[in-house]
Amino acid sequence: MGEIGTKPRAAFAATGVANLASIMAAFRRAGAEPYLAKDAEDLAAAAFAVVPGVGSFGSAMAALRASGMDEAVVDRASRGTPTMGVCAGMQLFFEASEESPGARGMGIVKGELRRFPSSLPVPQLGWNRVRRPGDAMSLVRDGWAYFANSYRLTSLPDGIAGSWAEYGESFVAAAERPGLLLCQFHPELSGPWGQGLIERWLQQAGGQA
Amino acid sequence: MKSVGALRIIPCLDVDGGRVVKGVKFQNLADAGDPVELSVRYENEGADEIAFLDISATIEGRKTALESIRRVREAIGIPLLVGGGVRTLEDAARLLEAGADRVAVNSAGVRTPELLDELASRFGVQCVVLAVDARRTSGSSAIGAAPAWEVVVEAGRKATGLDAVRWAREGARRGAGEILLTSIDRDGTGSGYDLELLRAVTAASPVPVVASGGAANPSHFVDGARSGARALLAAGVFHRGELSIKSVKESLAAAGMEVRL
Repeated sequence: MGEIGTKPRAAFAATGVANLASIMAAFRRAGAEPYLAKDAEDLAAAAFAVVPGVGSFGSAMAALRASGMDEAVVDRASRGTPTMGVCAGMQLFFEASEESPGARGMGIVKGELRRFPSSLPVPQLGWNRVRRPGDAMSLVRDGWAYFANSYRLTSLPDGIAGSWAEYGESFVAAAERPGLLLCQFHPELSGPWGQGLIERWLQQAGGQA
Repeated sequence: MKSVGALRIIPCLDVDGGRVVKGVKFQNLADAGDPVELSVRYENEGADEIAFLDISATIEGRKTALESIRRVREAIGIPLLVGGGVRTLEDAARLLEAGADRVAVNSAGVRTPELLDELASRFGVQCVVLAVDARRTSGSSAIGAAPAWEVVVEAGRKATGLDAVRWAREGARRGAGEILLTSIDRDGTGSGYDLELLRAVTAASPVPVVASGGAANPSHFVDGARSGARALLAAGVFHRGELSIKSVKESLAAAGMEVRL
């Protein structure tokens, strides 16, 4: 993770009408130095990269493609270079979403997002309980997370560890494998539990890089 | 019953000139502390969100508030709802840029209801909260003509004649993802939420309702939740240390309700 005494630098991919203040503040509290990636090369070279939760699936994906940042993210994920996706940003790592029919995601992980059933208040907005995966190596722990989402995954392929929450039925709260952390919730708004997750990701994923 | 997540407890900071103030029925404001210190204390006590209402009336006051929002944002890791003086998309964008996660619209929504549609399409419904300040009318609803509660704007100074229940429903239809419902009759009185108002609005609104105005003891919060609120807001009792957020949540849990403890 860089030289002793230097702050880990985390590049953020801008995907549209950005509200990045909360997550950048959380990274600063974790001792990191967050910044907006200027272009795809900037994102590719960063020690840590984050795709934040902004906009609809189709518009966010179009913004990533326009800057070539999608390829940088795909490349990072295949190498296991520390990469995080949050909320709508997390969803772009999958193949498609009912939110934007016909739009292709990055397809780094197999799966398609579906809308919560209309019998529930949508969007899900607020705190929900997260159960960590059985994998002892996972960064996500049991606790309460803050969600703001209308679409979700209900299954994950092999090779990626899932954390789960209940909203009507079970859905994917987070998915992770070494170097890659995908959060449907907002870790930056999930109190000390979410702050701890960001800190562990910076430490452990950084150690692997 | 299907799980729909935890009830939220939201301490509210009414901020004027960079300081938290608190009054009774929106009058006689007294200093109640520093917004950053209070926000951090409330997060540590288990607050699920912080509401920051900028009540300053001057341009200089608004600038100070924006700076306070930035400082609160740096300090806390829970959602920040900001309201007060939001009239345009640009006002909302400025608050979001400063660190708000959600924006509340009040008077401007009454003047220009389309603002709610525009905010929702630009920022998403999860970002838009309609603040409704309601006051009981002297007219009896049995007569038919007068609404039981009317919407009051401009910090409680101007009555609109608008039916609060209908306005909440219209606001949700236009794009508000949540209704922040304040009873002006109860604000600062410590006599509990206006449960009749709360039941009427939750029955009419397709989106969650935050109860506000009058909570002073744990049973008020329990009653508010039982009357349909998905989140419970209070200010003075928390600022003065008369109640801790943790004790309120423990009371809700003891009453069988799901809270984040």
